[in-house]
Order: sequence, then C-alpha cells, then structure tokens
Amino acid sequence: MIGLSHYLIVSAIIFSIGLVGVLRRRNLLMLFFATEVMLNAVNIAFAAISHYYNDLTGQMFAFFIIAIAASEVAVGLGILIVLYKKHGSLDLDDLASMRG
Amino acid sequence: MENLVYIALFAPFVSSLFAALFGMSQREIFVGVVASLLLATSFIASLLLAINLYVTGEVVHVTMMDWINAGDFNVAFGFVVDQISVSMMLVVTLVSTIVHIYAIGYMDHDKSFNRFFSYLSAFVFSMLVLVMSDNFLGLFIGWEGVGVCSWLLIGFWYHKPDQAREDNPSISPSWAANEAFIMNRIADLGMLVGIFIIYWNTGSLQYDEVFAQLPYLSETVLIGAAIALFIGAMGKSAQFPLHTWLTDAMEGPTPVSALIHAATMVTAGVFLVIRANPLYSMEEVAGVSFFIASLGTFVAFYAASMALVERDLKRIIAYSTLSQLGYMFAAAGLGAYWIALFHLAAHAFFKALLFLGGGNVMHAMHDELDLFKMGALRKKMRGTWIYMTVASIALAGLPPLAGFWSKDAIIETAFNEHTYFLWGMLVITAGMTAFYSFRQIFLSFHGEDRHTPLGFHPHEMYKFVLVAMSPLAVLAVITGWFMGTYKAFIYQIGESVQYEMSDHTHHLATYLGLIVIFFAVSGIAYAYYKYARTGEHAWKRSEKVENGVLYKLLINQYYVPKIYEEVITKPYAMLSEKFWTHVDLKIVDATVDNIAKFFYASGDNARGMQTGNLSNYLNWMAVGGVLLLIVAAISAAFV
Amino acid sequence: MYEIVAFYLFSALTIGLFSVTVMSKNVLYAMTSLASAMVLISGFFFLLGADFLGVVQLIVYVGAIMALYSFAMMFFDATRDIKEKNTNSALVFLLGGMSALVLVLMFSAPIYSENIAALYPMHEGVGNAQDVGMVLFTKYLIPFEVAAVMLLVAMIAGIILAGKKMDNSLTEDMSADDEIMNLKDAK
Repeated sequence: MIGLSHYLIVSAIIFSIGLVGVLRRRNLLMLFFATEVMLNAVNIAFAAISHYYNDLTGQMFAFFIIAIAASEVAVGLGILIVLYKKHGSLDLDDLASMRG
Repeated sequence: MENLVYIALFAPFVSSLFAALFGMSQREIFVGVVASLLLATSFIASLLLAINLYVTGEVVHVTMMDWINAGDFNVAFGFVVDQISVSMMLVVTLVSTIVHIYAIGYMDHDKSFNRFFSYLSAFVFSMLVLVMSDNFLGLFIGWEGVGVCSWLLIGFWYHKPDQAREDNPSISPSWAANEAFIMNRIADLGMLVGIFIIYWNTGSLQYDEVFAQLPYLSETVLIGAAIALFIGAMGKSAQFPLHTWLTDAMEGPTPVSALIHAATMVTAGVFLVIRANPLYSMEEVAGVSFFIASLGTFVAFYAASMALVERDLKRIIAYSTLSQLGYMFAAAGLGAYWIALFHLAAHAFFKALLFLGGGNVMHAMHDELDLFKMGALRKKMRGTWIYMTVASIALAGLPPLAGFWSKDAIIETAFNEHTYFLWGMLVITAGMTAFYSFRQIFLSFHGEDRHTPLGFHPHEMYKFVLVAMSPLAVLAVITGWFMGTYKAFIYQIGESVQYEMSDHTHHLATYLGLIVIFFAVSGIAYAYYKYARTGEHAWKRSEKVENGVLYKLLINQYYVPKIYEEVITKPYAMLSEKFWTHVDLKIVDATVDNIAKFFYASGDNARGMQTGNLSNYLNWMAVGGVLLLIVAAISAAFV
Repeated sequence: MYEIVAFYLFSALTIGLFSVTVMSKNVLYAMTSLASAMVLISGFFFLLGADFLGVVQLIVYVGAIMALYSFAMMFFDATRDIKEKNTNSALVFLLGGMSALVLVLMFSAPIYSENIAALYPMHEGVGNAQDVGMVLFTKYLIPFEVAAVMLLVAMIAGIILAGKKMDNSLTEDMSADDEIMNLKDAK
C-alpha cells in the first residue's frame, strides 16, 4: 500500500532536483523552471498530507501556491524580457553588477 | 506637630532643589536669600518642636511611609523628635542658617554661587535625616548623604591643581575630597556591619525595638555591634587613625568647613554614640566604652599638640575641632552622654563662630592663611577680632563662656570615674587648647604688622555678615549658663542618659575647676608673652626651634599622612599599576580586543561571499538551508 | 493495486522529466519536459482524491503558465543551446543530495498522526470540488480575495514590464542613468 511517506519521499526527491537546478544553472530562465519544479514538489506534499489526514487545509495551501506561482511567472517573465532587452543575455554571470 | 517635623526636615531639601534649579546659571543673590530663609524656617520649626517638647515632654514620632518591605524585613521611613534629636536639630539648623547667610557674603565672587547653595542645603538635609531618623537604616542613609555632600563641598574648587605635600599638606581640593570620602567609606563599612549585626540578632532596626532587646543579647553580639558602630563613628568624627581627612578638608570653602566642623558631619559620630547610649552603657560593653573614652582623650591631646605649631589659620581651627571631638568621645565613653551632647552644642556655636571669623580673615587676606604673614589685623577688622576673641575664650574654657561649663564638666567626669590619667591628660590638653587658640589670635590680630610689607590690604567683611554672626557670638557666651536647664530637659528621656557626679567630686568641683582655669590662663599668658608683644620683644621666627625634632614631628602631623602614603597609598598604587598592565591590559582588554578583532576578521573574510553573482548567493542560501534541515532532523530525532 | 502501479509510474516519469528539465542545455527540451511533468503531477493529485486541485493544476500550470513561458520564449532565441558556466557540480550535487537524503530520512521515519485533528475535515459523500468550494469561500475567503488582487497586480506588472513601450526604458527619465554611466566611464 502506498502511504504518506511514499508521497513525501517523492516530493523530497523532486524538491532536491529543483534545488540542484537552482544551484547549477546560470541561465535565469532555467532558474525559473527549477523554481517551478520545487513549487510542484511542495504541492505534491501538501496534497498528500491533505489526503492522509483527511484535512482540506493542505489543498487550500496548494491552491494559493499555484496562485503565487502564476503571479511569479507573470512578473518574472516581464523582468526577464526587460533584462534581455538591456543586456542581451540572461546569464547570471553577466548580470553580476553588485559585487561587494 | 507632625507638620512641624516635616517642615523642619524638608525645608533644606526644598532649598537644595530650588538652588539646583539655578545650578547652571550665573550668580543670583536671591538664590542665597531664599535658601537662607528656608533654613531659617527649618530652624524655627525645630525651635517650636523643642519648646513643645520642653513644655509637654511628649516625644513626636512620625512615620512618613513604608519604605522597605521585603519578606520579614520591614523598615518604615519614620522620624522621631526626642530630646536628643531635637538638640541636634536646633544646633544643626541654627548654625546652618547662619552659615547660609554668611555664605552669601563669602561666596560673593564665586561663579558657582548657586550650585554652592544647592550642595550646602543638601548637606543640611542629609544631616537632618541622620539626626531625626527613628531607625538605623535611615540614619545610615543620612550618614551616606552627608558623606556625598561633604565630598561635593570639600572638592567644590575642584579645578585647583595638585601641589606637592611640602607646599600644601592637603595637596588639592579634589584630593582632599577624595581622601575624606574614602576614609569615610572605610569607616562606613564598619557601620554597615554593625547595622547587620543588630538586624541579624534583633530582627529590627527601629531604635526602640533594638534597645528593648539589648538585655537578651549575648556578650559577643553586644561587643561586636558596639565596636562596629564605633568604627563608623570614628570615620565620621575623624578619630585616630582615620583623622587625617578632617584637616585636609580645610581645602573646601570656609562656610563648608564651618558647617562640617561645627554642626554637621563630624558631630554625627558623637551623635551615634549618644543615640546608641543604651548599647554603650551596657555592663558587657564597658570595655568598648572605656576604649572610646581613652581614644577620645588621646585624640584630644594628639590634635592639640599638632595645633601648637601649625601656621595655617584654618588648620589650627580644624585641629581644635578634632581635639574637642576627643573631649566629646571621652565624655560619651565615660557614660556622661548628656554632657557630651551639651559640649557638642556649645562647641558648635563657638566653633562656627571661630570658623566664620577665620573665613573673614581669609577673605580679607585674599585666601592667605599663613599666620606668619598676618599680625595686627585688629585695627582693620575690629568686628572679626571681637568675635574671634570671644570664640577663643570659649574654646579655651574660661568662665563664664560656654566652653568652660561643658569642658569642665567633661574633665570633672573623668575625675569622677577615677580615671585620673585621663583626667590629667584632659587638663593638660585644656592648657594646650588655650595656648594654641590664643597663639592664633595673637599672631593674626596682635603683635607686629607683618602683612603690610607683604602687600596685603585687608578690609573688614560686609556688615550683614557680621550681624548674621552675632547670634553665634551671643550663644558662645551664654550657652553655658543654661546647663542646668538643659540637664533637666535631657533627663526627661530616662535613666540611660542621666549622669551625676558623686558627692566626693562635688565637693572638689571648685578646686577641679580652678585647676583647669589655671592651666588655661597660663596657656593664654604664655601665648601672650610669646606672640602678642610688639617692639623689640616682638615675636620672630627662630631657626633653632623650627629645626627641633619635636617641632618637625608636630608640623608634619607625626608623619602620619606620610606613613599612610608610604604604607598604603604607594603600595596600592603600585599594585594597581601592576593589575592595570598585567591583568587589565593583557587579560581583560585583550579578551575584548580579540572579540572585536575576530568579528573584524570574519567580516573581512566573509566579504568574499558578496560576489554580486546571484548564483553564488543561491549556493550560500542552499548551504544554510541544508544546515538548518540537518539541525531540524537531528532535533526531531532526539527530542 | 492499480494505485501502486500508477504511483510508481508517475513517480518515475516525473522524476525523470524534471531531471531533464534541470539538466538539459536546450530551452525547448527543458520546457517541454517541464510541461509533461506537470501533467503527470496532476495525476498524483487525482490519485490523492484532490480532483479539483488536479484540474486546477492542469488548467493553471499546463494551460496558463506553460503557455506564458512559450510566449516569452518568442523573445529569446530558443533554438540555440544555452552556454553557461555551470556551478561546480560536486558542490551542487552534494547539497542537493544532502537535502534529499535528510528530507527522505525525515519523511521515512514513522509519522504519528493520532494527535492530529483535522482543522477542516473532508466530508463523505460530498464531491471534492464542492468541499473545496465550501472551505475556500468561507474560511479562506480573505486570503482568496487577496490572492485575486495579487494576481491582478501581477498581471498589470507583467503587461507594463513586457508590453508597454518595450523599446524605451522603464524608468521614465533615462538621462539620470546615462549620466551615471558616463561618470562611471569617465572613471
């Protein structure tokens, strides 16, 4: 039988994949993709917990996360386009202008 | 009556706060006037209380508020006006009022005029708290308040630079102030221990309750408490070996010296012993009491001997205070508490007069205090001369002035207690007292004119100051005549303070008095012979005398300050230096420095993290996140 | 039985597809695999009985978000491979692996659920969509409205950032920026 742990472990693995992506990639677009991966991983966990504890709160949180993801993509892509216009590149190494 | 108590107590406090309001602004005469008026109010309130007490014999006891309530420890902020405290209140407020008025004239040119009055009134307030409190803790608060105010006042001219000990034995006002404060702190520790002993064993600090329990206490406790309290008294009243601060305190402005020496501060020690008379008259502590009497006698003699050769006008008066305090302790130690208190009052009047007169001289001579530079001042300062002479006669103990009655009573007490050695010492000291006080008069007011060649042009003090001093002069003359009345008054308290001479002494009283007078007169005559004559017999400084061993010993105060410096101050300074260089710099400071250096270095190194590259930041964030996760996992696993 | 099969199938596929997303050099591949993985994730939701959430996942993620990405892709050169100096991979995989390991360890430990009482329990016999609606429009009404406002704000921000006068700077006064750049150059 599939238990809560199974879902959580899958969620953790997907989250880590997202984390690896965030750490590894230098391209901002790819970073966004990796972020989506992580958000989805968390959504799975929420849905699973909601199911196994018979509580709707988890699903509620998943909804709000989806809403946030949507707004994030809207604003983020706008910023990406502006950056691309300005620098002609989305590579983080090219954007490092705040060196301390 | 309650209101009168509060008025008497808080008028000086209000005065202090009022003057403090103007503390930073420039000299305003009205500040001094208001302060003096408030002090006068306090005096009148005290006088009314005294009259009431005399007529009705009812002790006024007020409790202002609960002060400390901690567990079983309850102390109320209470005040008592009985025969002892009211005599002190009268003396304190009267002398303070006159000193306040005097200070208006004396501090005329000082730019910190207002501040001075603030301190002065605070000083009086502390003294009144000390005197009026009905428990040991209130007394201690007043005791400390007096210490702080004396520090402020002695060091009032804190801007004066330090001098070598050879030029000025008291070095500088701030030095003298610190010395006074530190010596008093040493003694205060004893006082505090005494209070602890009392509280520990009786569970109360209220005088009535403590004294009621005295008979049930063990001998050790009684002796311990008596000794500890007396150590406190020794500091405040400048008894040997804690006496050096008193003469150095002359660095303060003269009104302060008058106040410290006459009415407040130094009498606190005597007051404490008198206040605790049920303790000191216990059979078990007879040894301590006898020690007090012996020490008092010794100090009386010791201080008088140093005064014999002193050249500084104010220091001579300071020594005489020391000497008279010795008399008071001698009386108190021998059980004649009311005589001690009476001498305290009489002494306050003529000593204040003497000091204020000395202040006039100092003011006239532009702060020059060397007697050898004065002479023949009486022509220019007639009023001051009369006052000083009256005060000196009183101090020397010639009838019918105040000093004779009280001092004679003390000497008689010593005879009555069959302590003939003390008696002899006190009689000789009386002769010395007469000599040095008249030596000072003759050197400054009589003899050859030595000041004009040196370019001094003395002038008499303001009229209002001289008028203000007149009550003291009158009291210095007549106080002694009311000894019988005072005795009756103080006897109302009860058995513990009553003291009567035996019949044997009574018969001999006249002869004893004559012996004292003989010594006093011969002292004066010798002083006259040596210092007062003019012309070819005029006194001249003599190398031979001044190089004598005895003279050197006396002028250097038996080398006691020197010994303190060598034995205590210098090793202490050396030790402090060592601690500073080795412990403080190398351990304490280094620790703090290294903490700072660590953060500085870590910040410097951590700066490398700030590459401005988002990817690097994300990496660091991830490292932190993973660490937190690990911590969370570990704590989840173990909790 | 079919639940187990579905679970493992979905797990394997999503993990694989997400890995492709993260590792791929080509943006188009990455995006395609991401979209497919999201579809598969909605499968998880259906498995878990969260029907409404699954539908929302399909509509919002796959329908809206991925469409948005695709449109954005038009601005970038999508066919070219991305050249990037990827971060030192040992560290990355160490961190990712550590977090995965720790999380897995934590989650595989037994979870005690006896003491947990449901705050908004699901109802038997009521459809998931209806149940969700009940809770969302009563208990979570205010967050819901706030989320709606947030989406509106994000929409306006997106339009302004990406759409309006795309040739010009966003900050109205370009001259100040130019001045600063000139100063920098002068240095």
